Amino acid sequence: MATLEQSAENAGINEAGVRRRDFINIAAVSFAGVGAGTALIPLVNQMNPSADVLAMASIEVDISAIQPGQAIKTMWRKQPMFIRNLTAAEIAAAEKVDVATLRDPQTLEERTKEGKRNWLITKGVCTHLGCVPLGAGEGEVKGEFGGYFCPCHGSYYDTAARIRKGPAPKNLEVPEYSFTSDTVVQIG
Amino acid sequence: MVRLIALVIGLFFSGWLIVSAALGGAAYIAEPPAKTVEAAFHEHPKHVSFSFDGPFGKYDRAQLQRGFQVYKEVCSACHGLGQVAFRDLQDLGYSEAAVKKIAADWVNEVPSVDPATGEAATRKALPTDKIQGPYPNEIAARAANNNALPPDLSLIAKSRHNGPAYIYSLLTGYQAQPAALLKQFPDAKTPESLHYNPYFANLNLAMPAPLTSDGQVTYADGNPKPTLDQMSKDVSAFLYWAAEPKLENRHRTGLGVLIFLLLATGLAFMSYKSIWADKKH
Amino acid sequence: MSFPWAEQYKPQNPLMQWLDSRLPLPRFVFNAVGAGYPVPRNLNYFWNFGVLSGAALAIQIITGIILAMHYAANGGVAFDSVEHIMRDVNSGWLIRYGHANGASMFFIVVYLHIFRGLFYGSYKAPREMVWLLGLVIFLLMMATAFMGYVLPWGQMSFWGAKVITGLFGAIPLVGEPIQTWLLGGFAPDNAALNRFFSLHYLLPFVIAGVIILHIWALHIPGSSNPTGVEVKTEQDTVPFHPYYTAKDGFGLGVFLIVFAILLFFAPNFLGHPDNYIPANPMSTPAHIVPEWYFWPFYAILRAFTVDFLFIPAKLLGVMAMFASILLLFLLPWLDTSPVRSGHYRPLFRQFFWVLIVDVLILGYCGGAPAAEPYVMISQLAAAYYFAHFLIILPIVSKIEKPAPLPASITDAVLSKQAN
Repeated sequence: MATLEQSAENAGINEAGVRRRDFINIAAVSFAGVGAGTALIPLVNQMNPSADVLAMASIEVDISAIQPGQAIKTMWRKQPMFIRNLTAAEIAAAEKVDVATLRDPQTLEERTKEGKRNWLITKGVCTHLGCVPLGAGEGEVKGEFGGYFCPCHGSYYDTAARIRKGPAPKNLEVPEYSFTSDTVVQIG
Repeated sequence: MVRLIALVIGLFFSGWLIVSAALGGAAYIAEPPAKTVEAAFHEHPKHVSFSFDGPFGKYDRAQLQRGFQVYKEVCSACHGLGQVAFRDLQDLGYSEAAVKKIAADWVNEVPSVDPATGEAATRKALPTDKIQGPYPNEIAARAANNNALPPDLSLIAKSRHNGPAYIYSLLTGYQAQPAALLKQFPDAKTPESLHYNPYFANLNLAMPAPLTSDGQVTYADGNPKPTLDQMSKDVSAFLYWAAEPKLENRHRTGLGVLIFLLLATGLAFMSYKSIWADKKH
Repeated sequence: MSFPWAEQYKPQNPLMQWLDSRLPLPRFVFNAVGAGYPVPRNLNYFWNFGVLSGAALAIQIITGIILAMHYAANGGVAFDSVEHIMRDVNSGWLIRYGHANGASMFFIVVYLHIFRGLFYGSYKAPREMVWLLGLVIFLLMMATAFMGYVLPWGQMSFWGAKVITGLFGAIPLVGEPIQTWLLGGFAPDNAALNRFFSLHYLLPFVIAGVIILHIWALHIPGSSNPTGVEVKTEQDTVPFHPYYTAKDGFGLGVFLIVFAILLFFAPNFLGHPDNYIPANPMSTPAHIVPEWYFWPFYAILRAFTVDFLFIPAKLLGVMAMFASILLLFLLPWLDTSPVRSGHYRPLFRQFFWVLIVDVLILGYCGGAPAAEPYVMISQLAAAYYFAHFLIILPIVSKIEKPAPLPASITDAVLSKQAN
């Protein structure tokens, strides 16, 4: 009996000793794990846009030379931008559409500025897979809805640059912009 | 065999080195090199303390703004700051609008092209532009400065030993050539186009004293007084910021990392000791 | 090979059993740095530096790959791209300072690792191959470090490239064509910068490969130990894991603390200010020196100032500098003493400490200006360096009367405990 008791007692001591030791080891390994994990943050974050890329200035564009029915392409944040001076007919065509039938329902009013309905400013990036749609350049195909046509996979945009047919899920994106005067628009 | 060849090579190298040392030593003793004027009169930077010294150092934003003002009103007449963009000045405590105005008002415009004709032109600086010096290229800079090149100041505070103290000492160190120097080295008279400064490596530099009198720059709030000493200190601090803009971030991160590492290493030590507890070694 | 009492890898988990019968990678790791590798129980802290060298290499590879994502190897923009990393890239300053100071940390631990080997006779049979592969790693490291230092394209980068490739110009007849071939031009420029970048990216992986061979060769006889007495029984060893993984974990912590102090609070302490000046082929800095870890070799290079008959001093210097490293390849056959550890070699030990001081003096002179009295001191120090390995060591091995060795590692441990 005595031996049994003794060994049980020893086992108890050992168990406590083992537990304490395990605790230290687990704590040390977890600490190292947390440290390694934290060290990963800058290693991953460095791939994000650097300060000079983020600081890319907003651009100012002089639109005085764009006649109704014409459009220009310009570059903002390394992406094409379309600035289009809509004709009265194009505005009317865009306003006639029943918004409820659209894939991405938006009115022309929502996509242009008050009192500047004729100025349609969008990114020139198809919302399907990022090609540059046709229709801004002189003589380019505008597609059956008279706006833009993306030749990569056949997306058709109307005169408010809304998606009407084809695989693109969204309307062409309207960036943040404002008119600094009647002839100068600031994008970004 | 290996050891024999080694012995021969060893005797050759070691022997010839000892001979060379003897020859050199003999020449050194027979004809000790004359003391140069630089060795005699060059001085190490003065002791000066900055808010960013030490492991917990931080920049003093007000001082950096004053230093930037000195750079803008004095240094920028000749020196660019080509690694620093105007947008970086927000770090000094200027608002975005203020930075935009500083850039637009900057005397030296940015090289560009005329959007209508494509001909070379200049335009007003934007916050994303780097801070331009007055010269389009090195030849123009030398032509305007008697063939001396005013260096870009972006990294000047890191490209000199003890940079901020060096800049401060140089700016406050202009003086007449000491009579003792001319007495000891009659040939070492400062040439007409150069200026004597004991903190400059070869004692004479092309740049005339840029800060010459108290009050040369008017500080916005009039406090502290723009003495020559104060202006020199402020611009030295600003140039150190220009060279090492991430210093505060570095100090802060370093403190956190060190505390963590001390704890982790302490735990690792306890873990090591407990694992070895029953092993004699 | 391993000791017969080494623990066997017995996976319990069915997935691990499945893997073990198809690709026994876990078994490989288990036998290499796990419980399956029996290690002498008496290793002291100097045995930490092997693992730390590996850690330093890993840090260099990780930070280096990241820097290469932002760096541009073109003479026109290389300097600016480094400043771009320092100012605009997220945490770029941390990664770049980490890489620059990581190189210094790498050399610090590797030098300690080498001197550990020198003192404890780790280069002796049956571990000659471990030593030789280690020297190959050291040579690769030097080449990598040199080419990496060129990349920021500052003044020291440019003039370092010019001076070091100029060493090859000292070779008679073919020297100049070789230098032009190395640079891809008549002076360092885009061609040189691009090939240095390419090789600087490649060599660390070659180093990693040779490290695997280095460890493989080590596992054949097993690790040496401070007594230099071979392992005899199971009692003499402990399994690598958890005993030495725990000890190396602690060592790694201390290493990282030193590294962090350098990186965060004195990142330019070991660098040279002139490398913050863009490369300028028209003006040489007043005082060009390589990075600190090359100073002893630079001192040997400059120590030759007098022509020997028809051999110009410049060529002698280059030969001596290469010889100073290459002679280490002969070390296992120069030191013939049957006793490994410096603990039991009273005469060897004294010369060893002289060598340490001598290398420190060489290092100091290598960083000092090339003027008297530094030249004379470095000549005498270099003379001792060659004499130590090529003359003194073979003689000491012959005449020395070693102290009595302990019967076994366990004996040594227990008698130390008893005292």
